[in-house]
Amino acid sequence: MDKVNWAYTDTVLEHFMHPKNILTDEDAFQPDGRGMTGNVKCGDQMVVAIKVDREKGIITDCRWKTFGCASAIASTSVLSEMVKGMKLDDAYRVSPKEINKELGGLPEHKIHCSVLGDKALRAAINDYYERSGMQEKVRREEARVVCNCMNVTDHEIEEAVLEGARTFYELQEKTKVSTVCGECKEDVERLLEYYKSKHFCSTDTPRPILT
Amino acid sequence: MEKRKVYFDNNATTPMHPEVKKAITNALDVFGNPSSLHAYGRHARMLVEGARESVASFIGARPDELLFVGSGSEGNNTILSILNSQCRMCEYNTCSGKELVTTRIEHPCVLETSKCLAERGVRVTYLDVDKDGKVDLDQLKGSISPRTGLVSIMMANNEIGTIQDVRAISRIVHERGALLHTDAVQAVGKVPVDVTDLGVDFLTLSAHKIYGPKGIGAVYVRKNAPFCPLIRGGHQERGRRAGTENTIGIVALGKAVELRSVEMADEEKRLRRMKETLRKGIAEKIPDIHFVGHPTDSLPGTLNVSFEGAEGEAILLYLDLAGIAVSTGSACASGSLDPSHVILATGLPVECAHGSIRISMGRENTFDDVDYMLSVLPDVIARIRGMSSAYARRQ
Ligand SMILES: Cc1ncc(COP(=O)(O)O)c(C=O)c1O
Ligand code: FES
Repeated sequence: MDKVNWAYTDTVLEHFMHPKNILTDEDAFQPDGRGMTGNVKCGDQMVVAIKVDREKGIITDCRWKTFGCASAIASTSVLSEMVKGMKLDDAYRVSPKEINKELGGLPEHKIHCSVLGDKALRAAINDYYERSGMQEKVRREEARVVCNCMNVTDHEIEEAVLEGARTFYELQEKTKVSTVCGECKEDVERLLEYYKSKHFCSTDTPRPILT
Repeated sequence: MEKRKVYFDNNATTPMHPEVKKAITNALDVFGNPSSLHAYGRHARMLVEGARESVASFIGARPDELLFVGSGSEGNNTILSILNSQCRMCEYNTCSGKELVTTRIEHPCVLETSKCLAERGVRVTYLDVDKDGKVDLDQLKGSISPRTGLVSIMMANNEIGTIQDVRAISRIVHERGALLHTDAVQAVGKVPVDVTDLGVDFLTLSAHKIYGPKGIGAVYVRKNAPFCPLIRGGHQERGRRAGTENTIGIVALGKAVELRSVEMADEEKRLRRMKETLRKGIAEKIPDIHFVGHPTDSLPGTLNVSFEGAEGEAILLYLDLAGIAVSTGSACASGSLDPSHVILATGLPVECAHGSIRISMGRENTFDDVDYMLSVLPDVIARIRGMSSAYARRQ
């Protein structure tokens, strides 16, 4: 009975019940790099702190705390385990899809919650580079303007897809993309398909509402 | 530890009353079409009309003012859709009003229908509510124009439980020549509701919130009030709602309200005491919380509370793992990024709105359930706050 429609896998549950590597005392931890992403107003926020072995360029410890849902908790818990002992460069490239795989899959409408951890981790790695004077290593994720009229970038489209936009119309609602001259429509539709397939494999699950 | 099960989500839906189940079982054999003239049909018709009388008398209406519909949502859609109906097919009074006044805290079935009407040229005004979820009556007065056809204001809110002063609202609406609909899906069967006393022109109710089955509801349409069917076809429900009657559902709804008229009064008192115990217990055991909803004018079993620094969906799932079922208006649970429109409308800061849960108790709940909740909840919140990036315990 309990399993019927239970939207989370056993691994997600396990990490949710017993989250690993929580950052309880930041002062005592003394991180070498710290990254924060999200915003409490949007309902999700993540802080990731790392310790780094300077010589080897390896993450030795990764801690986190969050204002987030079950998916955010479980995926960051998994991520924090995955990246311990990893090279900084490899850790930087861990994708939401890999985390998701490790977790055994999340319900589709929860995936946007699970990208917080890796975003915060990248911020923490950049922060480490900055603190240790390796400015040249700091990477910026460059955005490309897709819709000139409304000044909407591909990042914003990706973000909107992760937040639930599945159709061109929903993208327009969320980002106002392609609502003026319409010249960007084809480009936007292509990106929509691309990001959908990048982040989601399953078919749309209905969203629950509070009745 | 033995796992208890506590269902605290009675505003979402309720377990069926055993007597309702019996009535359904008995009705299963009555398969005739209530429109048929033969004995099979007449038997079914008798059950349907019997149920109509029960429901009508429960809300102080006449049987011919009541029509059965497929859900509370359908009922609300039906009533809102009479706006701007001027089609000559209707034998009923038409409603040519081109403006709708409603509130920001309605159920999605009213809000989405309002949006759709707006797309079709109806002007829609959304009234604000105060911090307790009450409609601003002065704003209501100022919002009704001579072109306002319909005002639709829910009687009791599903998320925070606040009950509006429908009687005062009806006076204001009628003084200005408009019609009043109230979505009473959460109110009927929990607190006394009498259409004449309230002075409403339309009212919606639904069976599954009051220990009946899903997929059956009813609408009260005051005699001579304008009307326009949403579902056209046969002459069922005197042409107001086509489709062969859901005999079983209708019988069950009839039984559910009959039981309510017996059980409601005592249960209301009991639930209010349980809610008070719960509210006090939470306030004593957990710091940095906000109760949302009117302190007295509210549904007897509904308590909405928000915890700073804790996200609603996480709270919901930790409680679920302890066997307790509640709801949340948190964005994460809904798949959109905005938290509950109702909680936001009360002016609670967004970050708090993300941490709200709705506890809704019903006839099967006991004081033991409340105690169990009070023994689990403080740990759940402490645990989430312990890993929260947004909670710093205030000294
Ligand atoms: C206030 C309110 N109105 C309408 C509805 C819809 O009723 P139904 O589920 O019967 O469609 C609900 C519950 O879902 C509700 O809480
Ligand atoms: S370029 Fe997007 S609307 Fe014009």
